Amino acid sequence: MANPAKNLFQKVWNAHRVRELASGQTQLLIGTHLIHEVTSPQAFAMLRELELSVRYPKRTFATVDHIIPTDDQSRPLQDELAEAMMSELEQNCREHDIQFFGPESGFQGIVHVIGPELGLTQPGMTIGCGDSHTSTHGAFGAIAFGIGTSQVRDLLATQCMAISPLKVRRIEVTGTLEPGVFAKDVILAIIRRLGVNGGVGYAYEYAGPVLDAMSMEERMTICNMSIEGGARCGYVNPDSTTVEYLRGRRYTPDDGDFEGKAAAWLALASDPGAVYDDVVEIDGSEIEPSITWGINPGHNIGVSESIPTPNEASDDERAGVEEALEYMDFVAGASIAGTPIDVAFIGSCTNGRISDLREAARIAATGHVKEGVRTLVVPGSADVQRQAESEGLHEIFRKAGFDWREPGCSMCLAMNPDKLRGREVCASSSNRNFKGRQGSPSGRTLLMSPAMVAAAAIAGEVVDVRRIS
Amino acid sequence: MGKELQTSIRIDSVEGTGCVVRGDDIDTDRIIPARFMKDLTFDDMGQHAFEDARKAAKGQHPLDDERFAHASILIVGQNFGCGSSREHAPQALMRFGFNAFVGGSFAEIFAGNCTSMGLPCITLGEVDLVKLMDAVELDPTQNLRIDLDARSLTSRAGEMSISIPDGVRHQLLAGDWDAMRILLDAGDDIEKTASALPY
Repeated sequence: MANPAKNLFQKVWNAHRVRELASGQTQLLIGTHLIHEVTSPQAFAMLRELELSVRYPKRTFATVDHIIPTDDQSRPLQDELAEAMMSELEQNCREHDIQFFGPESGFQGIVHVIGPELGLTQPGMTIGCGDSHTSTHGAFGAIAFGIGTSQVRDLLATQCMAISPLKVRRIEVTGTLEPGVFAKDVILAIIRRLGVNGGVGYAYEYAGPVLDAMSMEERMTICNMSIEGGARCGYVNPDSTTVEYLRGRRYTPDDGDFEGKAAAWLALASDPGAVYDDVVEIDGSEIEPSITWGINPGHNIGVSESIPTPNEASDDERAGVEEALEYMDFVAGASIAGTPIDVAFIGSCTNGRISDLREAARIAATGHVKEGVRTLVVPGSADVQRQAESEGLHEIFRKAGFDWREPGCSMCLAMNPDKLRGREVCASSSNRNFKGRQGSPSGRTLLMSPAMVAAAAIAGEVVDVRRIS
Repeated sequence: MGKELQTSIRIDSVEGTGCVVRGDDIDTDRIIPARFMKDLTFDDMGQHAFEDARKAAKGQHPLDDERFAHASILIVGQNFGCGSSREHAPQALMRFGFNAFVGGSFAEIFAGNCTSMGLPCITLGEVDLVKLMDAVELDPTQNLRIDLDARSLTSRAGEMSISIPDGVRHQLLAGDWDAMRILLDAGDDIEKTASALPY
């Protein structure tokens, strides 16, 4: 007899299975589809070509985030290409009766920030979006997939995708985090341990006392970077923290029986005795504030460690370490602390939420940005911006010499005017330190927590935030 | 309802010369830097494939190597296509001229995008991959043949066995790689599943 105990992935998968395909794959219904301006225009064009309509417009929600400027968002946008993309999205949403959260709505923001804050993201859902950081929504116990544009088209036309089931790896983070150590440091430590492709073929279930103690925003930071570890999605089992976060949000079900709904959500959590394809344990007490030194998120170390030498790398990794050191122009064996920075970026779908801005502001209040360091503080959404401003965080940042901006993806991927120049080194709270990621083909990125970015901006170099907090 | 959707082409083999891009963890930002995605279509993506890497290599990048000109099979290392879900990456490579990818391993979203476009991503064991890369660099004019039905790759280095997920292989062989037609075929079953959801 089959094991009656199931993990959350299996429960959600089974509820959304439409049918098995001849290929052996599953036709899976994706209950909520989030779209944005960069990966959807070609999909709508394909639909038009085939004379198909959007099958479930009410399950589809749109916003603009990647290309939007963070200084002047007035229309028409100064960049003609950006304006064309934004207009196209508005037109497509009008034509297909899709809810669009543009700047005038007051709810515009990074798609992975607004989904949760509007209550669109709920436990037990399947969610698809043409962006790899869709894994963020797994923080609520949803199964959320980043997809390409052809699959965006498939979702628009059929609300389905063809996919094979994933294996599930449970990652238990034990112990407690030291003060000054954040969710960002935990996920960087996980990726360092399991590798940037260690998650291929897997969904990651994050669990253990450290996850249990985390806020929803911290869980989102963890799930957000699942893809940087190669996992197709990541999730946390819903608990009372999840339920309390969702209570009273705009799209949270409100039919008079929220408690009943909450009970159903809680029942989706993995059963005791559920079987996993792999289980990994990581001691959270050992995790330090972490920083990347190389060209992928797996290239990270604790702030007290030294930049690795090619000699100590495994045979498989040696060429990558050499390539990274050459690109970064860093000295093997040198301490990462003390590395000078030119730019500090606080924001992104990883770390652009209110709790991130609060932590960064707490550090900003202790000093002033070092002369010569360029800064950008970009709230993840209009809602985050309003909240931050109501708490006076923008004044704290400004007083400390930080540049306070309008919401968007900004310098995480630099599709708008926020870009690195030349060989600049950027302390960044974003998710990718790939070559050229932040808009300059030779620009250099050091990933770290928002508090560490704020501390680096003030010191003009990488410092240990634990010495400040 | 839309137009009658045509069955897509069955893909049982890919033949052509190869181009070798060495290195692991080559991400989609490197394949197509984000600034070139500011466009409403994929039409111009081909010219920007690996643009920054090519500029940095000052003409020494494999995509600028005359010996690999007209190659249709790109040979890569481990975890190729990691990072962003942008379909712009395989679109750029296809428009540059590649119809198939052979590597040590592929990031899942990249491979999924390739399948949707009818571009096979096949993997080789480490020893065979090194052997193939060396052989193609030594003699770039040689013809490579990927046979999905027989799960083999033939070159002057001999016949190697290839791996590809069963479901994807089936989609390519059956001409079902463009999943939309199959997904639409489910008809009322979609609504049945959707209406049973608690949301």
